[in-house]
Amino acid sequence: MARLNGAQIIIRLLERQGIRIISGIPGGANLPLYDALAASPTIRHVLARHEQGGGFIAQGMARTSGKPAVCFATSGPGATNIMTALADAYLDSVPLVCITGQVPSSLLGTDAFQEVDTYGMSVPITKHNYLVRSAADLLTIVPKAFQLAGSGRPGPVLIDVPKDVQTEMVEFESWPEPCPVKEHQGENHRSLETAAAMINEAARPILYLGGGVIHAGAAAEARQLAEHSGIPTVMTLMGLGILPSNHPLSLGMLGMHACRATNLAMEESDLLIAAGVRFDDRATGRISAFCPKAKVIHVDIDASEIGKLRPADAGITGDARHAFAGLLPRIQRRQRHEWNDRIRQLQQEYPRFHSEDFAPGRPFYLIRQVASLVGPEALISTDVGKHQMWVAQAYPFTTPRQLLTSGGLGTMGFGLPVAIGAALAFPDRPVVCFSGDGSLLMNIQELATAVEQQTPVKIVVLNNQSLGLVRQQQRLFYEQHYFASSYAIKVDFAAIARGFGMPAYDLEGADDPEALLQKAMAEPGPCLINVPIDIEEEVTPMVPPGAANTTMIGGDYARN
Amino acid sequence: MPVIEKSPEPQSPDTTILRLTVNNHPGVMLQICGLFARRAFNLEGIFCTAIGQGETSRIWLKVDETDKLEQVVKQLTKLEDVLAVEERSNDRDRVREMAAMMARIG
Repeated sequence: MARLNGAQIIIRLLERQGIRIISGIPGGANLPLYDALAASPTIRHVLARHEQGGGFIAQGMARTSGKPAVCFATSGPGATNIMTALADAYLDSVPLVCITGQVPSSLLGTDAFQEVDTYGMSVPITKHNYLVRSAADLLTIVPKAFQLAGSGRPGPVLIDVPKDVQTEMVEFESWPEPCPVKEHQGENHRSLETAAAMINEAARPILYLGGGVIHAGAAAEARQLAEHSGIPTVMTLMGLGILPSNHPLSLGMLGMHACRATNLAMEESDLLIAAGVRFDDRATGRISAFCPKAKVIHVDIDASEIGKLRPADAGITGDARHAFAGLLPRIQRRQRHEWNDRIRQLQQEYPRFHSEDFAPGRPFYLIRQVASLVGPEALISTDVGKHQMWVAQAYPFTTPRQLLTSGGLGTMGFGLPVAIGAALAFPDRPVVCFSGDGSLLMNIQELATAVEQQTPVKIVVLNNQSLGLVRQQQRLFYEQHYFASSYAIKVDFAAIARGFGMPAYDLEGADDPEALLQKAMAEPGPCLINVPIDIEEEVTPMVPPGAANTTMIGGDYARN
Repeated sequence: MPVIEKSPEPQSPDTTILRLTVNNHPGVMLQICGLFARRAFNLEGIFCTAIGQGETSRIWLKVDETDKLEQVVKQLTKLEDVLAVEERSNDRDRVREMAAMMARIG
């Protein structure tokens, strides 16, 4: 017979779930929870400096490990602050369990101090959420929350716990076992047969792979399928790393900032084998003009994604790993010389890179230099903006879960706390955060967390003193009417980092920038490197929002 | 039994009736209505009552979404608190009676 309060029950259940690190911030309404956490022998708490940072630190752990990670916040502003990280996790299907404190049940609905309707606010941005009514319910809710977060299409689950529920004493017989993640394997024999026949009959198939393939741990199977049948492969931003970027069948990222040859090849495709993707507008461009000649096979664990935006000729509801394993034996071994030759021809006509892109001082040069310094083991987080797209275009990704980026929500401020979380989950791997001067300012307070925790993250700030991607759109689509997109004052990021106790380097005016970068990347702990970037450096090519993917503007081969 | 002389509103043949079985707790209606609002699905009518021992509720939805019906059903099915979704277009008359009763109550 155990006799514990609600807060102690939560902490004990988290321990039993295997949780070893929790990020968060205490406040009035979750103090009982923190009191119980202080007594935990196995869980380490990482004190964030803003709840959004806390949420993203948990995301960094979850995105790299694939397992649900936990974050804490108090009621009211603590809860509202963490919402952005939950919405981000929801759109990118990242498993999180967020536990918020709430005002005591007797005060619910009275506009009490630091009361907001956390449950109501989190409904549209979580996979599921709970407002706990009694401490005994925690024994079922907490294990269930982990099961929901990690099963099927992963996602964030929020548990809102009023303060009196945290302190309520409960007597109970035994602990519930942690709920296992539900295996999801639909009955798809007929669709598998149909899909396999479509692949065998297709002349110009393309594999279109996204984050769902990574969540399913299906990168190896995807590669097998591509190689077995000579199928060129495109990846969404969330799918980068499924095929190594130098793989002969990899066409890299598709969509708004894809290279021309990739989008043009898709235009010619007669079969799209889409897996773990949701036909997002940044990937498809104008959906009615996306791969107009192609039939569609759509594999997704979330049945509602199949046919949501593009009707599927064959829909397979299930885990990409099982689907690929089911397809492989049914598919003929092919080389597809004609189709792959056509793609190589497109790639020669419209090369992915130009030698001048790699001149010293240019973004691609810097990104490749960092890559060669940190090696293939490194985990790479980005913020959101031009630097993010440059990293997506040019970084030599080799494995799934290597790139940590905010795909769906596009949250500036994502990079630094996610890098901290990645370093907590994998303390022996190098971690780099590519950021911009706009993005870094949105969660810059987490520099303190990085120093305090001594997470060895290397923050590379591509500093163009502007909101670069906004400015680029104003140049291209608003008659160069630049407004509110550049910063009138210059921020000394190196000085700021040093103020937080973090070593910092500034490549501006450096005699030997390469040597300085090398020295910075060799720092044993966290460090920041400010890299000035010309404000006119653009992300090219670009598909205008709402246009077809074949309408690519900018760069050397602009034809439209 | 009062006789309903005519339907209080003309029934569009495109209207579908969905019958949901859901967990009965204070947040469920928010989950359902929020889904319709944020996914831009039209919801023309809703009727909800606890059933059995009060652990579950039955929700009748009048939905005007012929083209998006499959998405509506798939999205509803995804909600953890929704235990069952059934298409009950044969029950249009019962829903019409319910609407008429509501009209009489005022």
